Amino acid sequence: MSLAEPPVQRGQPDSALHRVLGLTDHEFGEISARLGRQPNELELAMFSVMWSEHCSYKSSRPLLRTLPASGEGVVAGPGENAGVVRIGDGLAVAFKLESHNHPSAVEPYQGAATGVGGILRDIFTMGARPIAILDALKFGDPADARTRRLVRGVVRGVGGYGNCVGVPTVGGELVFHPSYGANPLVNVMAVGLLEERDLTRAAAPGPGNLAVLFGSTTGRDGIGGASVLASATFGEADCAKRPTVQVGDPFAEKLLIEASLELIGERLVEGLQDLGAAGITCAVAETADRAGTGMVVDLAAIPRREVGMAPFEVMISESQERMLAIVRPERLEAVLAICARWGLLAAVIGRVTDDGDVTVISRGGAGQEQAEPRELARIPARALTSDAILHAREARPPTHSRRAPAPGAAVLPHDGLPERGMDPGAVLVSLLGDPNLASRAWLTAQYDATVGSDTVEGNERAAAVIRVKGTRKALVMATDANARVGLLDPYLGALTAVVECARNVAVTGARPLGVTNCLNFGDPERAEEYWRLQEAVRGLGDACRALGLPVTGGNVSLYNESPEGAIAPTTQIGIVGLLEDVEWRVGPAFRAEGDLVALLGDTVPGLAGSIYAEHAGSVPDDRPPGVDLAREAALLAFLPEAASRGLLRSAQDVSGGGLAVALAECAMWGDLGAHLQVSVGSAPAAELFGEGPGRVVVSVNPTCWTDLQALALRHDLPLRSLGTVGGHRLRIKLTGEGATGAAEDRGSGVADEVDEALAVLRHAWQSGLPRALGESG
Amino acid sequence: MVFPGSNCDRDALQAARLAGMDAQLLWHEDPDLRGSDLVILPGGFAYGDYLRAGALARFSPVMGAVHAHAERGGLVLGICNGFQVLTEAGLVPGALLRNASSRFEHRWVRLSVERRDTPFTQAVPAGVTLRLPIAHGEGCYFLPGPQLDELEARGGVLFRYAGPEGNPNGSARDVAGVINERGNVCGLMPHPERASEALLGSEDGMLLFRSLLESAAAVAAR
Repeated sequence: MSLAEPPVQRGQPDSALHRVLGLTDHEFGEISARLGRQPNELELAMFSVMWSEHCSYKSSRPLLRTLPASGEGVVAGPGENAGVVRIGDGLAVAFKLESHNHPSAVEPYQGAATGVGGILRDIFTMGARPIAILDALKFGDPADARTRRLVRGVVRGVGGYGNCVGVPTVGGELVFHPSYGANPLVNVMAVGLLEERDLTRAAAPGPGNLAVLFGSTTGRDGIGGASVLASATFGEADCAKRPTVQVGDPFAEKLLIEASLELIGERLVEGLQDLGAAGITCAVAETADRAGTGMVVDLAAIPRREVGMAPFEVMISESQERMLAIVRPERLEAVLAICARWGLLAAVIGRVTDDGDVTVISRGGAGQEQAEPRELARIPARALTSDAILHAREARPPTHSRRAPAPGAAVLPHDGLPERGMDPGAVLVSLLGDPNLASRAWLTAQYDATVGSDTVEGNERAAAVIRVKGTRKALVMATDANARVGLLDPYLGALTAVVECARNVAVTGARPLGVTNCLNFGDPERAEEYWRLQEAVRGLGDACRALGLPVTGGNVSLYNESPEGAIAPTTQIGIVGLLEDVEWRVGPAFRAEGDLVALLGDTVPGLAGSIYAEHAGSVPDDRPPGVDLAREAALLAFLPEAASRGLLRSAQDVSGGGLAVALAECAMWGDLGAHLQVSVGSAPAAELFGEGPGRVVVSVNPTCWTDLQALALRHDLPLRSLGTVGGHRLRIKLTGEGATGAAEDRGSGVADEVDEALAVLRHAWQSGLPRALGESG
Repeated sequence: MVFPGSNCDRDALQAARLAGMDAQLLWHEDPDLRGSDLVILPGGFAYGDYLRAGALARFSPVMGAVHAHAERGGLVLGICNGFQVLTEAGLVPGALLRNASSRFEHRWVRLSVERRDTPFTQAVPAGVTLRLPIAHGEGCYFLPGPQLDELEARGGVLFRYAGPEGNPNGSARDVAGVINERGNVCGLMPHPERASEALLGSEDGMLLFRSLLESAAAVAAR
């Protein structure tokens, strides 16, 4: 959980407390209706954070309900801290994606660091040991000084936290797009491994059980996550207000991980919940609501790091590295002993009740014990969580939008490449040096990717492979989004992200298990933005249903806007897959001279939304490529089967930069060239650089070729031979009507082949990112 | 050895067991080394690396026992943060400064083995370099020139960064690992415990663990 992201303030300033807190008059009425009376100030503060978009999902919940949540092996789905899917041998995998966008825009280092801390807590709260972090980062123009400052801060923040807690950062995305200039996106995915019998719920069962808060003390950091609370009109609080971004302490987190997993392993807790957005209020209300119980919290019992904190500050503080455990009274001593061994402060702050209410009492401040505790607040737990307000927002498509062509539609007559006089080899070199496609080594070298001694494949690959100790299995994980397509068509943007992510997992030979997501959008109170969100959720649902993948959890980040406008609709997808035998894994790099190179799938028309289109400046009337979900499903079935039968030497997904970039990556990473022929129709740019989905470059031992062909036929997948692996140059001869002859007829005389030394390609690829960011390599 | 904040303790335990050692985790508050022949100080961020990497860990209750163990001739291996702790504790010479790039660096490097007559390296075949990962922000080895000359003269430099991967952190004279004068305490920045299986990219690290197993067995036999 992370910082609450506040609604944009509208209209005249108003001194009414609920409006100062960001609640509308309508919401205030709904609160009063649920209480049967008007709330007091503390109750209103608790509602204001719990009914924030971030905690309540009040705009998105009606949409999220449409997503397919169940599936084979799902043991925990949406509503829990993280999705959990069974992987056999009594083991299960927990995974989730989450945003920390606004804090990272304000304070990149701490914003990103606490983003990592928050998502890790979601994982170990379930009883899982975190085994991997993936970070999906989106920034504006890399040449911009502000972007460079943000990139440096965020990368250091992710690394600073992940490296210290000892969880390897093994993958992710780094994307530059102008729409993120003032509103960067920091989405972090974490993956954990657990024994299924250790699965722990974030619930507070058993009236009479104790609520134990352990970890860091509670301070004024991250109050409400919103400056609205720093208003002088609020109560008597007159002490200095701190910046609303929390400060992370990875050392404390590391101790929390070990202590929490020990508590779970020793069977000492009935429920466990981390404290994130809305702090104690959220942890108490959610655990009680999930168990159908209530909870009474004694304010005076909460350890603080500052004096003179007002009750509301204690209840909604977002101080990091804190956990709430629900403990049977007879096990309290053992729980406190484990916390003490790890040097963690622990205190009983409340008790589970059967009245369904979250009740805040105070037994009086320091040195003034009162005979009778004062009741400061009493709210039905449901009213704060599952029965929080829902908003039916208005959705309206933008007046100007383009639709994707249907799969299989004819390729456009021509797409401009020969006419521009472009040499396809030069285009390829320039694409490889593009900051969106170039090597991420500058960034990933700042992340510890091998701690844990499980990393088989890490960064610089589309998916990471993490072995499961004590078994032959491996987990494969990836995260993807497609902002450029999303900007043109949010439905297609979501579809494209899901199928690309699933393909990235499947090319390794793994079977995708489930999907987590993070929906990053603008202001849902604007009808066009809400339409974009609605379309993206529709795309996410359609794609997951077609591929048979459950959506096991996710996160929504709205109001990603700046005075320059909303960000590109960004449906960030995270997928974890299972490789039954790690020795079956298939990598992207070419491996042996003489192997055959082939393309699975067909070229799909459309260049809009591609990096090529960005380089070309503009493309003729065009649309992003459509997605053939049946084809994608066939690929997801074909790839693990081909891998398990040992038919593939290498496999690489075709995405950013198109077929030519995919081939260049296979060659550079394998340090082996290739001699290929690609038949181009009338649209060589779409063939070489188009980013149409549904395609995979494979290399095959010639003795396996006929078996592979038969398997492709059985899955109804086109398989086209391109040539052979060998040498130290990448040669792609273009044939067909789009090649030289036709171009020369038109008088442009462009090169009809790519013929580049691997060293040239590698130099462009390796130097692209540091150069774009003005950093030394 | 588990300090609060150690994060390679489980990796070291696994590698030691894979090499055939009878290994267990020790706790920083318990000065009993349980008769260990070899103590490994693992990587991580002991005590959060507050103040300075390794600076607080050397005051840990168990460090007195580690000192005594070393004085008795017992074997001590410090990896990464463990190396930092050893330098802070004065068990090996030198200091580890911030990387020359001033960034955290994670990458695979190649090490030349300067001596093969030590308990840490005796199983390394002649002419073999080791491929191991590094992962640190403060691994730039420093010792004033004359002292470094002296260290080199007595054969105190055990590992150097070598090959095309080069020196990743600006360490003086490419020093990646050192050994004390008596030859029983060694610290190095790269992670041999992570290079324990071919599946993970290299099993070169096991050469060090096997060396240690053989030496400990030889000591025990005497």
